Amino acid sequence: MPMVQILLVYNKLDQQLAKGGIKIKTIKTSVITENVARMAQEANFYLGADVMEAFKKAYESEVSNTGKEILQILIKNAEIARDEQVPMCQDCGYAVIFLELGQDVRIEGGDLYEAITEGVRQGYTKGYLRKSIVSHPLDRKNTGDNTPPVIHTTIVPGEHLKITLAPKGGGSENMSAIKMMKPADGVEGVKNFVLEVAKNAGPNPCPPVILGVGIGGTMEKAALIAKEALLREIGSKNEDPVMAKLEAELLEKVNNLGFGPQGLGGRNFALAVHIKTYPAHIASLPVAVNINCHAARHKEVTL
Amino acid sequence: MTQIRLTTPLSDEDVSKLRIGQQVLINGLIYTGRDAAHKRMVDLIQAGKINELPFDPKGQIIYYVGPSPTKPGKVVGSCGPTTSYRMDPYAPELYKLGLKASIGKGKRSPEVIEAMKKYKGVYFAAIGGAAALIAKSIKSAKVIAYPDLGAEAVHEFVVEDFPVVVVNDTLGGDLYQEGIKIYAVK
Ligand code: SF4
Repeated sequence: MPMVQILLVYNKLDQQLAKGGIKIKTIKTSVITENVARMAQEANFYLGADVMEAFKKAYESEVSNTGKEILQILIKNAEIARDEQVPMCQDCGYAVIFLELGQDVRIEGGDLYEAITEGVRQGYTKGYLRKSIVSHPLDRKNTGDNTPPVIHTTIVPGEHLKITLAPKGGGSENMSAIKMMKPADGVEGVKNFVLEVAKNAGPNPCPPVILGVGIGGTMEKAALIAKEALLREIGSKNEDPVMAKLEAELLEKVNNLGFGPQGLGGRNFALAVHIKTYPAHIASLPVAVNINCHAARHKEVTL
Repeated sequence: MTQIRLTTPLSDEDVSKLRIGQQVLINGLIYTGRDAAHKRMVDLIQAGKINELPFDPKGQIIYYVGPSPTKPGKVVGSCGPTTSYRMDPYAPELYKLGLKASIGKGKRSPEVIEAMKKYKGVYFAAIGGAAALIAKSIKSAKVIAYPDLGAEAVHEFVVEDFPVVVVNDTLGGDLYQEGIKIYAVK
């Protein structure tokens, strides 16, 4: 079909859709790339206000002097990163992307995932961020531009595209764990597993940490909701009152282990415990604990 | 808290005096290395090619770090410690050759702790994730070996009052074990 004719067909289609009350929003891939590149840098330079607030609260409550000093240093570190626009941590993370794509959105200008990948490439290069991705887990050659990202997409009603970029450090990811428990293990089993993961992690994931706990679903779903739980604002309350109580109880329990900031002793090993649940199979109780370090980075934009 | 100033190279006496929990400010030259550089160094040692090592480990400190790229106008990128256990399989060989200290974050294996007792070495923790702040104590940086490894290349840093905490001393003490005992609620 000649170009003019194609355009006419599209125009007609748009008119018809508009008549039917359906709006289609067009988003250009170039805009997506720009936003991803910007967020990759901002996430690494600017620590969220909720984390800063949590550092200050932890400083007030910390009983160990070394612990207090560490928290002060972390506040100072975040300020230097912000003022000098340098990454707060040398591990600028795996670029994990959550996409919420409205079903009435049309992407124009090419491949959506390629546009995101290009954004990661540009952001990590322009921002002098460390490139930490190897192309194959066994032959381990660095890709040189921190691509590819890990992309999780959800299709939702509406005409928007929400992009969340959460750089994830290796040190804390390595201490995360998943367990397929028996339904009979129940809530006590879940508590014991979370404590076991925290104990095993100790100083390695750069405490103070945030624990994302995913309960239910299938194996991969539990891991995914555990990661999603890390995106919740620190200090916000779980909508489910029973889970809110469990979060508070777990936070107290992990902090009572005595690891403290950096695992050098103290009462602020974790700044928060965030739980997310999903319906489970009658035979299963999957539990995933995703640990995030104090460099809890994420930025989002809605286009 | 009192801080102890140390300048490299370190002697057996320098490190034997240190005790877990002490804060130390390091001055002088230190070397960097992560997994890949360690593997190459230990391969050389095992092949008997000690004179081909990027630096003589005797009296030196190795810092487990892979800095972020250096921004124009800066000495070095952000450079906080990486998790040390990944270097555990290699560390005893280096302590045996006279390495006096390593800097990282996180627990060491019983084998490394044993090697530190035997050869008089210590392990320091730097603050994980305080990478922008730590970069301030690095006054000059250059790659001295394995540039093909990028961030994992061996760098030589000149440091001034680089802040660390003694986690394992020459007596086999372990701050990660002792520190939590004081604060754990039974
Ligand atoms: S665990 Fe987090 S804070 Fe620690 S080194 Fe890795 S990214 Fe940085």
